[in-house]
Amino acid sequence: MLTTILFYFYAAILVGSALGVVLARNPVRAALFLVLAFFTSAVLWLLLEAEFLGIVLVLVYVGAVMVLFLFVIMMLDINIAELRAGFTRYAPLGALIAGLMICEIVYVVWVKHLGYDLAAVGAPLQPGDSNTKALGAVLYTDYALPFQLAAVVLLVAIVAAITLTMRRRAGYKQQDIAAQVATRKQDRLRVVKVEPEKRR
Amino acid sequence: MMQNVYLAIALAPLVAAVVAGLGGRLIGRAGAHTVTILGVALSFVLSAWVLKGQLLDGQPAYNGAVYTWLVTDGIPMQVGFLIDRLTALMMVVVTFVSLMVHVYTIGYMHDDDGYTRFFAYISLFTFAMLMLVMSNNFLQLFFGWEAVGLVSYLLIGFWYTRPTAIFANLKAFLVNRVGDFGFLLGIAGIVHFTGSLDYARAFHFAPQIAQQSFTLFEGQAWNAMSVICICLFVGAMGKSAQVPLHVWLPDSMEGPTPISALIHAATMVTAGIFMVARMSPLFELSPTALSVVLVIGATTALFMGLLGIVNNDIKRVVAYSTLSQLGYMTVALGVSAYSAGIFHLMTHAFFKALLFLGAGSVIIAMHHEQDMRRMGGLKKHLPITYWTTLLGALALIGFPGFSGFFSKDALIEAVGESHTPGHVYALVCVTAGVFITALYTFRMIFMTFHGEERMDAHTREHLHESPWVVTVPLVLLAIPSVVVGWLTVGPVLFHGYFGGAIVVSPAHDVLGELGREYTTPLAFLLGAFRGLPIYLAAAGVLCAWFLYLKRPELPARARELFAPLYRVLDNKYWFDWVNENVIASGSRALGRLFWRVGDEFVIDGALVNGSARTVGWLAAVARHLQSGYLYHYAFAMIIGLSALLAWLLWPWLFGRA
Amino acid sequence: MIGLPHFLVLAGVLFSIAVAGVFLNRKNVILLLMCIELMLLAVNFNFIAFSHWLNDINGQVFVFFILTVAAAESAIGLAILVVLFRERKSINVDNLDTMRG
Repeated sequence: MLTTILFYFYAAILVGSALGVVLARNPVRAALFLVLAFFTSAVLWLLLEAEFLGIVLVLVYVGAVMVLFLFVIMMLDINIAELRAGFTRYAPLGALIAGLMICEIVYVVWVKHLGYDLAAVGAPLQPGDSNTKALGAVLYTDYALPFQLAAVVLLVAIVAAITLTMRRRAGYKQQDIAAQVATRKQDRLRVVKVEPEKRR
Repeated sequence: MMQNVYLAIALAPLVAAVVAGLGGRLIGRAGAHTVTILGVALSFVLSAWVLKGQLLDGQPAYNGAVYTWLVTDGIPMQVGFLIDRLTALMMVVVTFVSLMVHVYTIGYMHDDDGYTRFFAYISLFTFAMLMLVMSNNFLQLFFGWEAVGLVSYLLIGFWYTRPTAIFANLKAFLVNRVGDFGFLLGIAGIVHFTGSLDYARAFHFAPQIAQQSFTLFEGQAWNAMSVICICLFVGAMGKSAQVPLHVWLPDSMEGPTPISALIHAATMVTAGIFMVARMSPLFELSPTALSVVLVIGATTALFMGLLGIVNNDIKRVVAYSTLSQLGYMTVALGVSAYSAGIFHLMTHAFFKALLFLGAGSVIIAMHHEQDMRRMGGLKKHLPITYWTTLLGALALIGFPGFSGFFSKDALIEAVGESHTPGHVYALVCVTAGVFITALYTFRMIFMTFHGEERMDAHTREHLHESPWVVTVPLVLLAIPSVVVGWLTVGPVLFHGYFGGAIVVSPAHDVLGELGREYTTPLAFLLGAFRGLPIYLAAAGVLCAWFLYLKRPELPARARELFAPLYRVLDNKYWFDWVNENVIASGSRALGRLFWRVGDEFVIDGALVNGSARTVGWLAAVARHLQSGYLYHYAFAMIIGLSALLAWLLWPWLFGRA
Repeated sequence: MIGLPHFLVLAGVLFSIAVAGVFLNRKNVILLLMCIELMLLAVNFNFIAFSHWLNDINGQVFVFFILTVAAAESAIGLAILVVLFRERKSINVDNLDTMRG
């Protein structure tokens, strides 16, 4: 019973914040709505006994990704007024397509039950079981290599992000290692023969 | 050995034609006419020798191949000769008339620039005609057929700067082509049923073909032999100018008179008659075809004769006379009196060529004036011309004892004895035709040579008899016009001269009937006085004398009184009008339709340009898919995904519902 | 009782809203990226729901990786956005049409 109430409550908030993301005029508002959406979905994941992932969602997504979003939004000098125009022209079509998708998914999942006859809930939990433990048991054994790959992906992301946005500022002093290594003797040294001054 | 003789007969004129045609400038005018006359004279001498061999020495018929051109689909296509009595007769006629015309041309075309070209053409024609008559298979026959048509085209349009000549030669060629189409269908029928182009095989299989039927339209089976024979006859209709393919012959008078004599009186137009006679084994097996031949021939004989009465061009009168006489020959073929048809062909060749050449002589004397209304009283100025032309005219109307009398009267009596369906109509036509023939022939004679002189003073002063090169052929043609009938009617008509060349089935053997009645030429001559034709001919001459000499103002009054009739005749039964305004204009309109609608609108507009336009339009529409906007692309992906999902899930979703 | 279909429908709704967002938003590239995050979230929901009901931990492992990749992708996406803003001085999506055919 409690789960049902919780589910519907948080589901409503989730859908509402998703709509808020889409419909918000101000991008900051949109970002904040998205944060709300993530928080709510973390709660829902808790309902699904995936607590580790819920926490990770909040930490990583909200804590890192959304913060990054907000940084960028703040950093860019965005013209708010321009963003308000031209929204309603395509609203019906977009709503139609979204509605269509929802109908399809609902029909498959709800009406037809995906073809399965599912039990309401899975196996009961043992005391001492946690989502973290379960994940950890699998992640470093069966999925060790994909784990490393994920790390590589993150590394690549870091490097790419920096490379893309790096720019030289005027007056910025920096070592150019490649130029230093490529110096030739004749660029730096000029031997001049100087006549010794005669003592008078 | 004989093969070489036959080859020489056929090839001598060809060699002469090539020499004169290509080397005309080298050898000069005298050289050109000498070499061609020598060629044709050689052919004539050898042909006469062959005839003597066939007739007097009793040589058997020769049927052999000279050269196999190719063999395709099991059908050999060869050059070969079939020399029997029929061929020998035709060869002599052709080469004799050709020789006369060659000599005549020296005088007639004396002042013409195209002198050597003319001689080359008439020699070439002689070669083609000889190949046609000497052939032993349909392919060579067709080759000769087309070749004479071609040379006729070249010669009708000899004065190619004249627009009327060009119109006429194209008309002749095209009308001939229509006939050739039917001819080809007939030959195709022969090939279909016998698998060969050979005469011998065709005749051998003829009875079997006559048993078979041919279905072109569902539910309508025609007798195969009838179909083949009628198709072959269509070719003859074109070549021998039977109604309705006769329209080219009067226009062909645009060519010089010598060729009117050679081609359009004696030889080319008789090719059709010859062909039907040659195919007598086939025609005998098809009563339907014979009736068709009969009716068409009779119609031509009478109605073309009527047109000769109202025409004022001396050459055109003789041309209509030729048409009418060709109709007579066709009638003879239709009643299975093939020998009579060929006999009339032979006599007609002589006296019609004579009449044409005589008319030509008059034209030369009158400085190329051809309208009879401006002639008159030429008798004393052109005596030799007058007397020879008169002899030809008498032969034409069937004056007793002349050659034309024997051939024509035998023909009319044969029609009387016949039982072929349509023979009554034919009898009426040919008998009435006798009166008409006499009328227009002597109208021509009286208007030209008798009566008051209607030409202008300048021309009258310059009137003189033509040179010997013109008058000698006239005399040489007048002789057979008079005597050949008496001499040859017995053997040719009644005593089976043609032997196996012409096959007549016993049911149709009208000439056999006549042969039993008349055993000598004299008997035939006397017997003719019991019949109608002689009196009709006399009536015709009398009528012509009355209308054109005694009371010359009458024809004008008659024209007023019988104006509608005259209108019909003046318009030549509107055949030309239909051809020009319905068929030719219709074809041109059809062509224009195909051009405008079919070519420009459909093919260029809709298909070629239209497909390009469609591609462009499609590209313009498709261009909107590449908007450059990211969200459009994402949207497209989503739509595609939804559609794919719907399509995949559809049966699962609603199948089990 | 809350069953699997409930969560799946929820995820579906979330996904559709995000799709509509991608399509309707014309002026803001940042919104585009945020809608992508929403879509990924919806997918994650799916995975976790199935993992819970089928007693299969692999679903959650996959979510782990999706999170990783999503983070990386948003970082790079924002970097590109920053560079774009430097060049165009605007984040109007309508201006990004140089690939127009």
